[in-house]
Amino acid sequence: MQRILILGGGVGGTLTANLLARKLHREIRRGDATVTVVDVTGRHTYQPGFMYIAMGGERAEKLTRSERGLLDSRVQLVIGEAVKIDESEQLVELADGQRLAYDQLVLATGSRILPEAIEHFDTEAHHFYSAKAAAKLRKALDGFKGGKVVVGIASMPYKCPPAPLEVIFLIESELRERGLREKSDIHYCSPIGRAFTIESVSEMATPILEDKGIELHTFFNVETIDPGRKVIGSLEGEELEYDLLVLVPPHKGQQFLMDSGIAPAPGGWLPTDRHTLLVGESKNVYALGDATDLPLSKAGSTAHFEAPVVAERIAAAVQRRDLSKKHAEYEGKVMCFFEIGDGKGTLLQFDYDHPPKPPKPNQLWHLGKIVFNKTYWHTVPKGRV
Amino acid sequence: MTETSTPYAITRTIDARGSFCPGPLMELIRAIREASVGDVLAVYSSDKGSKVDIPKWVEKAGHRLIALETRDGYDELVVEKLR
Repeated sequence: MQRILILGGGVGGTLTANLLARKLHREIRRGDATVTVVDVTGRHTYQPGFMYIAMGGERAEKLTRSERGLLDSRVQLVIGEAVKIDESEQLVELADGQRLAYDQLVLATGSRILPEAIEHFDTEAHHFYSAKAAAKLRKALDGFKGGKVVVGIASMPYKCPPAPLEVIFLIESELRERGLREKSDIHYCSPIGRAFTIESVSEMATPILEDKGIELHTFFNVETIDPGRKVIGSLEGEELEYDLLVLVPPHKGQQFLMDSGIAPAPGGWLPTDRHTLLVGESKNVYALGDATDLPLSKAGSTAHFEAPVVAERIAAAVQRRDLSKKHAEYEGKVMCFFEIGDGKGTLLQFDYDHPPKPPKPNQLWHLGKIVFNKTYWHTVPKGRV
Repeated sequence: MTETSTPYAITRTIDARGSFCPGPLMELIRAIREASVGDVLAVYSSDKGSKVDIPKWVEKAGHRLIALETRDGYDELVVEKLR
């Protein structure tokens, strides 16, 4: 009996489970293998939709569904919180005391946001990394009458790297449509020496920022918020006034991975082989999605393209066969849409060896993103794309 | 290469080899946040972009680049926290 345990019911965990259920259907039917997903809430959330609560009229209830409904019927679901992994005993302990044994373990545990790591973040800054925060940002935008808009990043890495640029482009469009653009200064703070981590995307985005009259502040790592003066301060010693502040909060990996000695503090990102997706020196523990320390976007798309590799490697181990060439190794593939504002978008598609060459923004890529968001439930988690 | 006549003792070494730009810079920024004024940090980076990005950031942030040495397959950048 091979027990495959998957921690996390997000994109990576759900897709890996469903692919394994198909690849191992005979073994599961014979009782020679089990596939079990452990998820804290039992609800699957489409996180890229949060931004559209703030910027596109999306509703929170449309962004979450039952995890059970998305999983293949051959996959078992345990609703619970993993609190400890014992690699030597091959056991995962849950908060309710259950101990789940595994032969193959998949860590699809995602990332978590820590707005509280910056003093006054909760009262002064907005973000769009939860449905509640995105709704609060929408309300603030509705009440905005003009002034200084600042969008910045508290620290890296963070989920969905293009998102803060998308948000500032969409805010600029909205303010123009509402006749508030002339009354507003818009600022974008990047922690590094350019607008975006990937050089080719930066080269595309910088002229768009200029065209839209958005001031770019490079090497601006937001460190402090002064609510009295309505000023943010950077580690580099600069200050910037704001009337409306939108900050990407600090992100970390899961605490229990650090406590279990699998992921190093303070970040908690799992040391992951860039091709095999094995964790550390392990031969039977895989990681995918936001949880890894790979130099790639923390995005559902990354997990989407990693899951077939994890599923193939585990299935091959269970079936004691050679790896199929198609999904033997992960080559760093990521693909995501990028909103530019004014109903236009572009596409970022890249891998470890090929940086993105974003096509000229047009309406088609924007519509592509909207269609993808709406059809997600029927495609990605089920392994149909 | 930045030369210095002052000997320095490295307080902490950040081995960011294998990490891609801006990873080594972000590792240095994290370490600077945790360091005390006067600490000397060495960063190992195999990403060629670090030779450009890190000195630029160090200058902007008001710290001092003490040395930039090319080693076997990586660069070593030594930075003193000044404020």
